[in-house]
Amino acid sequence: MTKQMVEVPPKGGFSFDLCRRNAMLAKKNEGAKAPSFRKTGTTIVGLIFQDGVILGADTRATEGPIVADKNCEKIHYIAPNIYCCGAGTAADTEAVTDMVSSQLQLHRYHTGRESRVVTALTLLKRHLFNYQGHVQAALVLGGVDVTGPHLHTIYPHGSTDTLPFATMGSGSLAAMSVFEDKFKEGLTRDEGIKLVTEAICAGIFNDLGSGSNVDVCVITKGDKEYLRNHLMPNLRTYVSEKGYTFPKKTEVLLMKITPLKETEEISEARDDMEE
Amino acid sequence: MDLGLNEEHSMGTTIIGVTYNGGVVLGADSRTSTGMYVANRASDKITQLTDNVYVCRSGSAADSQIVSDYVRYFLHQHTIQLGQPATVKVAANLVRLLAYNNKNMLQTGLIVGGWDKYEGGKIYGIPLGGTIIEQPFAIGGSGSSYLYGFFDQAWKEGMTQEEAEQLVVKAVSLAIARDGASGGVVRTVTIDAEGVKRKFYPGDELPLWHEELQPQNSLLDILNASSPEPMNI
Repeated sequence: MTKQMVEVPPKGGFSFDLCRRNAMLAKKNEGAKAPSFRKTGTTIVGLIFQDGVILGADTRATEGPIVADKNCEKIHYIAPNIYCCGAGTAADTEAVTDMVSSQLQLHRYHTGRESRVVTALTLLKRHLFNYQGHVQAALVLGGVDVTGPHLHTIYPHGSTDTLPFATMGSGSLAAMSVFEDKFKEGLTRDEGIKLVTEAICAGIFNDLGSGSNVDVCVITKGDKEYLRNHLMPNLRTYVSEKGYTFPKKTEVLLMKITPLKETEEISEARDDMEE
Repeated sequence: MDLGLNEEHSMGTTIIGVTYNGGVVLGADSRTSTGMYVANRASDKITQLTDNVYVCRSGSAADSQIVSDYVRYFLHQHTIQLGQPATVKVAANLVRLLAYNNKNMLQTGLIVGGWDKYEGGKIYGIPLGGTIIEQPFAIGGSGSSYLYGFFDQAWKEGMTQEEAEQLVVKAVSLAIARDGASGGVVRTVTIDAEGVKRKFYPGDELPLWHEELQPQNSLLDILNASSPEPMNI
């Protein structure tokens, strides 16, 4: 007696079928681990100051114990007046912020108005909730719209909080301790940038998953400033400036050091998305 | 030391809803935890569904937020179609339908409370499986375990608004004292025929219970002192 299986056409959406099998395999074979994916480890922060919102992030991306990218960008563009820091799996944060950014642009064309932060918030939280936490993106969303400055945190399972100051990522405890000590309402722009930089540095120096440089983004009504590599406290130092010494006392006739990577001038990189 | 930072965002919580002569008082603490870390120490767990109906959320933060969002949307449509404010019973039943029909996927306990012109102040408890039960008072969340005996003794029928508010604040602060997953500030929402009033009780305004001490050698006192004092144990 053969069992007849009814052919059901596959429905759209994520297929959770293999999740249990993957978990079982990981548990069964200690050696056969799933391929590790690049996470951003991370310290990301945001705070509201008197004129708007300041977001900050470190720039280290890790793949297990290895630093995969020493200078990655964790502050993602969502709209001209809204930016989002992302912690968790790098691919997930990139993809989900890009997706919501394009949805918002279409929405702007439909409505003819500037995007609001709560719109971005709702789109992100719905998406993350629908995937039940499997899209591992923990986000700090900040922006200024007609209703004022807003700062939200979004967790991988889809829950959100609205706060005057927020930290996320593996370095969040270090950064939060700085905020809890020094944050007050109505900070000026310089005070705010200084506090954000201090909080990110606390994460960089005390958390193994965070490191390298500090990125800062200041959003005010009608204006934004993306300060890429605002602070670089971890510049590479070389062992010897004199270059390479040859063994067996070979006489050096000429020495010329050519830097492998030319340092580029990074100008304001976010012009393309304006209307 | 594993803080469990990658666990799901949950609201440890103490939530309470109490009816009094003429309305209801809803109360909650403000702690949202991820494992052992307090992700938000000032969260607002009392969410608006309509002008006259509010819900206290507990359990998974994501699940309870999504359920409230859906119910707010359905109630908005219902209000337009009905042509008058929705009743508390309808709001509670909408919450119950979502909770019961998705019971395998949701982990959230809710207390719906409000005032309407037909029944007055009403409280409906909707715990984990999706039961709906109309009660004169309801408690929920991890901190509620410590309040069953307290309410058996302290609850009485026909309280005034002040008595009901004081009861709620006292109960939440007792639960905060004993439950690790509850803390922060106490928020209350009072709903009656006139409308809605929100109140906020910061930690230092709450009464101290057994073995709780006044803050001493607080860092704030040391920092504010004019001359540096030596640390004493």
